[in-house]
Amino acid sequence: MKQRFPSPSRRTRALVGAVAVLATIPLVLTGCSGSGSASSGGSKALTIEDYYDATYNPVYKQCAKEVDATVTINHVAGAGLISKVLQQASSRTLPDVLMLDNPDVQQIAASGALSDLSDYGLSAEGDVPGVKAASTYKGKLYGLQSNTNSIALYYNKKLLADAGVQPPKTWDELKAAAKKLTSGSTYGFAMSNINTYEGTWQFLPFFWSNGGDEKDIATPEAAQALQLVEDLQNDGSMSKSSINWAQADVNSQFLAGKAAMMINGPWQLPALNAKKGLEFDSVPIPTRTGSETVAPLGGEAFTVPQTGDKDKMQLAAKFVGCLHSEKTQKALAEVSGNVPTNLEAGAAWASDHPQVASFVTTVKTARARTGELGPDWPKAATKIYTAVQLALTGKADPEAALKQAQSQSQ
Amino acid sequence: MSATTQTRPRTQASVPPPRPGQRRARMRIGITRWLFVIPAALFVAVFFGYPVVKNIIMSFQDYTTKTFFTGEAPWVGLGNYIQVFQSSVFATSVVNTALFTAGSIILQFVIGLALALFFRRHFPLSGFLRGLLLLPWLLPLIASSAVWKWLLDQDSGALNQLLGVVGIAPVPWLVSPSLALIAVIGVNVWLGIPFNTTILYSGLQSVPPELYEAGALDGATGFKAFWYITWPSIRSVVSVVIVLGVVYTLKVVDIILGLTGGGPANSTQTLATNAYHQSFINFQFGIGAAVSNVLIVVSFVFAMVYIAISRKAVDE
Repeated sequence: MKQRFPSPSRRTRALVGAVAVLATIPLVLTGCSGSGSASSGGSKALTIEDYYDATYNPVYKQCAKEVDATVTINHVAGAGLISKVLQQASSRTLPDVLMLDNPDVQQIAASGALSDLSDYGLSAEGDVPGVKAASTYKGKLYGLQSNTNSIALYYNKKLLADAGVQPPKTWDELKAAAKKLTSGSTYGFAMSNINTYEGTWQFLPFFWSNGGDEKDIATPEAAQALQLVEDLQNDGSMSKSSINWAQADVNSQFLAGKAAMMINGPWQLPALNAKKGLEFDSVPIPTRTGSETVAPLGGEAFTVPQTGDKDKMQLAAKFVGCLHSEKTQKALAEVSGNVPTNLEAGAAWASDHPQVASFVTTVKTARARTGELGPDWPKAATKIYTAVQLALTGKADPEAALKQAQSQSQ
Repeated sequence: MSATTQTRPRTQASVPPPRPGQRRARMRIGITRWLFVIPAALFVAVFFGYPVVKNIIMSFQDYTTKTFFTGEAPWVGLGNYIQVFQSSVFATSVVNTALFTAGSIILQFVIGLALALFFRRHFPLSGFLRGLLLLPWLLPLIASSAVWKWLLDQDSGALNQLLGVVGIAPVPWLVSPSLALIAVIGVNVWLGIPFNTTILYSGLQSVPPELYEAGALDGATGFKAFWYITWPSIRSVVSVVIVLGVVYTLKVVDIILGLTGGGPANSTQTLATNAYHQSFINFQFGIGAAVSNVLIVVSFVFAMVYIAISRKAVDE
């Protein structure tokens, strides 16, 4: 039998040739697709894509009614949104209204997938300045944020009262309070120092308030901020596991009474309020000298992608305008626990909702993560959490950790 | 076998030059042969060839989020590779990948073989217990890594509480840069034992019992029986298990992402997680492709070893 077939080397060579030729077929096929974009002119059906959940649907439906449109709502899991958007961008199937996390807006805008909202007569006038900056790329407004948020220092009222500790305002007070509150299996302080953008986000208030700058993180000011976090850990006031905790894990520790104070955002309020017997409050994150806190801005922006259907984009813009109206901002804040973006609406909201007051205060002076570096922010964010991890694992002292992370090419 | 290969050129040479009719018939046979190959070739080309070729092309391009909308991916030549090779994380990843793979394979194999030998003796419930051993394999990886993350937690993890009973201070399994890789290897070993045990057990089943009887008469019992009868008989199975294990272990992403996300301070970052991170967190698909191509080359070498071994096994 064996003799009837050509020798192995010739056979494989022929096969490789065939594979090489056939491999081009899918390339040609994908080249063809994507050119024809579906357009259903004059239709009033809008598609919305976000990473929220069904609790937001009534707000969307209300706005749809107001602009006389029907909506199909598509909730995507948080981590998968950007990859989905990229897929849709290449197959030209982007939704009519797209929600994006604010630090992603500039990156997606830079790809050309979004449309300028000022073309439809929309503006971010009256909003928190940092929020407007996050949605603006090269002078054009690509997104509108209805709600914003930031992070503050939550504290367990009962544990603080028992220890006779006042909520801290300065770093020294924070260190002293955290040490005093640590006893048994309860740590005085908890925050997320994980090796993701979440870890960066939680470190930023210390970093920025003390004059740290993402353009060059290897500065004495940044080293002071990192030293504080390292001290909190080395004092035993913060668990060494914090380098493995996401913000949700930090909240679990606080809920379980294993942390007397924590850094977290207003989106945790529903979970915190649901816990029976837990009395808590929050204050802006302490700064070294007790000056104003500079924290990062959170929240998501609504954008209108370039779908090619001008009429529908117009309608989508009207819908986004409705989502951005003061009335809807409040309705969304009710659902999410976050802060209305409009400065006046935010101030009014703080007086009605004392739990959110510290966040409203923080947001006023907060900065957008992409404000300085734009689409290059992710690179700086990676450097920042790398430095935090190097310092907290004892691989380098704060100064050396920042230097090492800054010089890292990736 | 080698005799036939040697005689082949002579038989071919002795065939007289083909006449036209004969040539057409031979061509028809040639086409028929190709028709048999085409379905498989098509499958390989679409599902393996295209992604690999695309990945190689991508690694020479500046492929970012922008590319998805505009379709433009500027050619950067070896730029991505230079950037990858210069980064300190890459060097760490290479070392970690080597340690992770070697550690996982050695422990998986030794424990797997011990269990397979143990289950060869029949005792009550042995079949049931052997089935139970497959459990880690049945669980979704991301679920088992989440459970392991709880078990290994420093403050409230079950493992440390257990060690506390014996009086051992809490061990920072996933928190200390020097222990995290060991902890991750441990979980991967737990996951790999079923594969090793199952394959080695079936290898052991095929060793004829007469060999042991004959060996026992000659005084080969216990370890001697294992060394002179069992080991030579399952050697080909062993090499297949190890080579496949290496390829599977090289590409592990989910366990590491679930347990440590490559941290703390990149101490569990491997080539696979590094590639994932570049492509899907930083959205630098060109650089991610360059890293994964390095991984593909390493896997390819082991795949070739596998093919060589399995071919030799068939010939034997």
